[in-house]
Amino acid sequence: MEKYLILNTLNFPILSMLLIVPVVGAIVAMFLRGDTLLKFWGLAVTLATAVISLPLWTCFDQTTAKYQFVELRHWFPALNLEYVIGVDGISVLLVLLTTFVMPLCVLCSWTYIKIRMKEFIIVTLLMETAMLGVFMSMNTVLFYIFWEGMLVPMYLIIAIWGGARKDYASIKFFLYTFAGSIFLLVAIIAMYIKTGTFFIPELMDHSFTFAFQLWVFLACAIGFAIKMPMFPFHTWLPAAHVEAPVAGSVILASILLKMGGYGFLRFCLPMAPAATLYCVPYLLVMSLISIIVGGYLALGQSDIKKLIAYSSVGHMGFVTLGIFLLNDAGIKGAMLQMLNHGVTTGALFILIGIIYERTHSREISDNNKLGMFMPIYVTFLGIFSLSSLAFPGTNSFVGEFLVLFGAFDKYPLVGAVSILGAVLAAAYMLRLLQKMVWDDSDGHAHHGDDHGDDEHHLFDCNFREFIQLAFLTVFVFWIGLHPTPLLDMMDTSVAHLIHQVDAGSAVQEAVHHGEHHALLNNAGAWVKNLF
Amino acid sequence: MLNTVFLPELALMLTVLVLFFMTLGKFRTGTVQAVSLLLAAVTLVATFASYGQQGSLFFDAYQIDNLSQLFKMAIVGGLFLIFFLGRGLVGIQGKLHSEYNMFLAISAMGLVFLSSSVELLTILLSLEISSYALYVVIPFRRGQGRMHVEAGIKYVLFGAASTGLTLYGMSYVYGLTGTTYLNELATLMPSLIATQPLAIIAMVLVMTAFFYKLAMFPMHFWTPDVYQGASNETSSFVATLPKAGAVLLLLRFVNVAGVDVTQFTWVLATIAVFSMTLGNLTALVQTDLKRLLAYSSIAHAGYVMIGILTSDEMGMAAAVFYVIGYLLMNLGCFYVIYNIAPDGQNVSFDDLKGLSRRSPLLALTLMVSAFGMAGIPPTIGFIGKFMIFTGAIHKGFYALVIIAVMNAAVAAFYYLKMARAAYCGADDDQDAIALPLGAKLLGTFFILSIIIVGAMPQSLLAVAKEAVATIL
Repeated sequence: MEKYLILNTLNFPILSMLLIVPVVGAIVAMFLRGDTLLKFWGLAVTLATAVISLPLWTCFDQTTAKYQFVELRHWFPALNLEYVIGVDGISVLLVLLTTFVMPLCVLCSWTYIKIRMKEFIIVTLLMETAMLGVFMSMNTVLFYIFWEGMLVPMYLIIAIWGGARKDYASIKFFLYTFAGSIFLLVAIIAMYIKTGTFFIPELMDHSFTFAFQLWVFLACAIGFAIKMPMFPFHTWLPAAHVEAPVAGSVILASILLKMGGYGFLRFCLPMAPAATLYCVPYLLVMSLISIIVGGYLALGQSDIKKLIAYSSVGHMGFVTLGIFLLNDAGIKGAMLQMLNHGVTTGALFILIGIIYERTHSREISDNNKLGMFMPIYVTFLGIFSLSSLAFPGTNSFVGEFLVLFGAFDKYPLVGAVSILGAVLAAAYMLRLLQKMVWDDSDGHAHHGDDHGDDEHHLFDCNFREFIQLAFLTVFVFWIGLHPTPLLDMMDTSVAHLIHQVDAGSAVQEAVHHGEHHALLNNAGAWVKNLF
Repeated sequence: MLNTVFLPELALMLTVLVLFFMTLGKFRTGTVQAVSLLLAAVTLVATFASYGQQGSLFFDAYQIDNLSQLFKMAIVGGLFLIFFLGRGLVGIQGKLHSEYNMFLAISAMGLVFLSSSVELLTILLSLEISSYALYVVIPFRRGQGRMHVEAGIKYVLFGAASTGLTLYGMSYVYGLTGTTYLNELATLMPSLIATQPLAIIAMVLVMTAFFYKLAMFPMHFWTPDVYQGASNETSSFVATLPKAGAVLLLLRFVNVAGVDVTQFTWVLATIAVFSMTLGNLTALVQTDLKRLLAYSSIAHAGYVMIGILTSDEMGMAAAVFYVIGYLLMNLGCFYVIYNIAPDGQNVSFDDLKGLSRRSPLLALTLMVSAFGMAGIPPTIGFIGKFMIFTGAIHKGFYALVIIAVMNAAVAAFYYLKMARAAYCGADDDQDAIALPLGAKLLGTFFILSIIIVGAMPQSLLAVAKEAVATIL
């Protein structure tokens, strides 16, 4: 096992602490009384988790693709199942993203959540543990447990604190993701039966037959594509986003959607390299459709939340596009894009939450001409909108640029089509920005006489809201102007991953010269013909 | 030595005897329940004390091994929980409380006998002891129309028919092999099953009575009506303990049929598929919680069957694990139903509305049990499904597992409906449900056991493996 991992050399079990602190916080919260106390408690626990996670940034060894900070304990010896958690260059940034976004989720719910504060804090903290667990697990069963375990708190967040159609949205969310991931379980068991291990790095090294790889790839890819969400499995997302409370939307957009991409990188690519290569054309096409359809649908929305939700479909299309380009720029761009989307779309949902608390409407037409009343708010809205459409100097530009670079490098036509998505993004975001900030053509929000009243309750961001947005703004410009530290962190692991895919598919070709060779060649030819 | 081996049975007989004498006098419900609980606890201790012993009694027709003792623990433990859960027996006619508990104890006694029976006629007798007591008990219901009469008649008719089929099958088995001892059958049956279609028919017929007890397709028709018609206390018994007994006997019979994948295996697989699919699809549209649990139990019978029919250590241990988890989760649901219905009426989804306000503990118990049955980690239900699928894929039954996981995805919908009804729904001011300390402890027990065994399944799985090792 030593060749895959570096045991934790810090003086304390950092990753286990990250998993345990929120759970303990949730248990303590059961015995607390008073909404204010509970809110401060939730904030304290999530902040503590964020502070504990800092050494992951400072002590991370960028020169190795091995898993680091690993903790290994016996858990279920009968099945050769161990409690083993660790992070590498692919997961460490997502862990940090999670720990840093969660305090914001508590903050943005401060006044938004009005009922059952205790349950809300408990569920949010449990959610944090489950999400961190997904990114840390080095064992397929552990991964699956956290992956599925996450559904219950997320379901409750939508179902209890959601909007008018919360029943529909929460059930749709649950059933889509559950139905998708249950096949993942079959794949996990099937790989275990073939190899006798649940340990992810060993599974990556194992060379499965092509037919088996194809089944594993399909079983995993359905689950991850639904989570992403990728066209045509995206319909749960707008429903869930629109009905979820603001914290739910932020968690969904910033962290949950990243799990699909993470799953592709962790399972599909390294464990089924030959099948990945075989499926690349289909996935690239689906990514392109996601980008175009997401952008196109966003263009026509009148509900701000729905607009952002559909824009997420488009952004996630860029992520899958980058992943399945299978080159350095593409995968790095995809990973960076996942982080960017976490920052930017998270911030946009916080902004929507802020305005919804003031006007109680998510319609664009009810929220226009805000520039007159809320200058700070519209400044942030402007920054994050520009970031969302990948304006140079902001974070998304770097990610999208890398993906496009990878695309033009490999399949120019794919790059050309995806440019269209970037144009659509500019169109819908600028339209949103223009309407919300300046437009007063249709005044049904501020009907003549009430104008004075509006001024009264359209007060600008308070300190709490300002802090959240300012915090995320730092990341927008930091990643936008100086992304090297982040790219350096993922560098070795991405190189290793690409090496795994190449080596794995090369082995396949060497071993099974006959049929698969023909299949792969066909696939290659197909791509070349297409693009 | 003989006495300690037979101790659980003796303790249970004592329970029955004491309860019988109590039926002769007049006692308050509280007294009856306290005595029943005490005796059940004594029996449970006796069962634990006898674990790990080996022996055979009554001309080798009665075998004590780890498997039988594990199931006796589950059955007696379940009986204890059922006595505990139905503390006031509100659904039962007042003057019948001692009789009610006596019959439940007799039925449990029959199941305990069944656990150790390894000879066809002994099996049949034990089964009948258990069934007859239940035939009597099902119509004991207070003031809910005439549903309970219908339930009673259905249970008797289907029970009698399935026992008849089993006897018929036994006659074939005896005719083919000339023996009624399972260990001798185990040496003769595998070759017969491979060559003679009649042997397969005979084995399937023998299993019919256990399909009936387990509510497995095609003997499932009674389930929803009986669950609905019987009182909540009785349903919680019918839904759990006989199923444990049935699973044990199915394990023994499948083991008799041999480890090879034969046509017999495919018959069982077909039954499992129909059971899962039919149960889950019908459960989707139910509004009465007990009817829903009935259809869900038909589906669960299908999952358990997948574990049983693998007939190797991993799959069978998974089936044992699964059925124990199933007992806990199902009793958790019935505990909630019992406490929501103060007059012993049936509970529909409408009655669940606002439950999390009326009683957070009940709502949480219901949610944990429901998610457990749906197979969401980290619950005992997830590990059970995971183990069963592992066992089946190990044997190469990929198609069966794919059908099972698709069923699991369908089933998630109605379990989710239960959790949603408890947590969402109307926020109007209904009265809070006051639970006595005992009931609170019981609810906490269900929640903790479902989650903790789910997170740390090692020891229970080790016990299950040890148990099935004795019959392999």
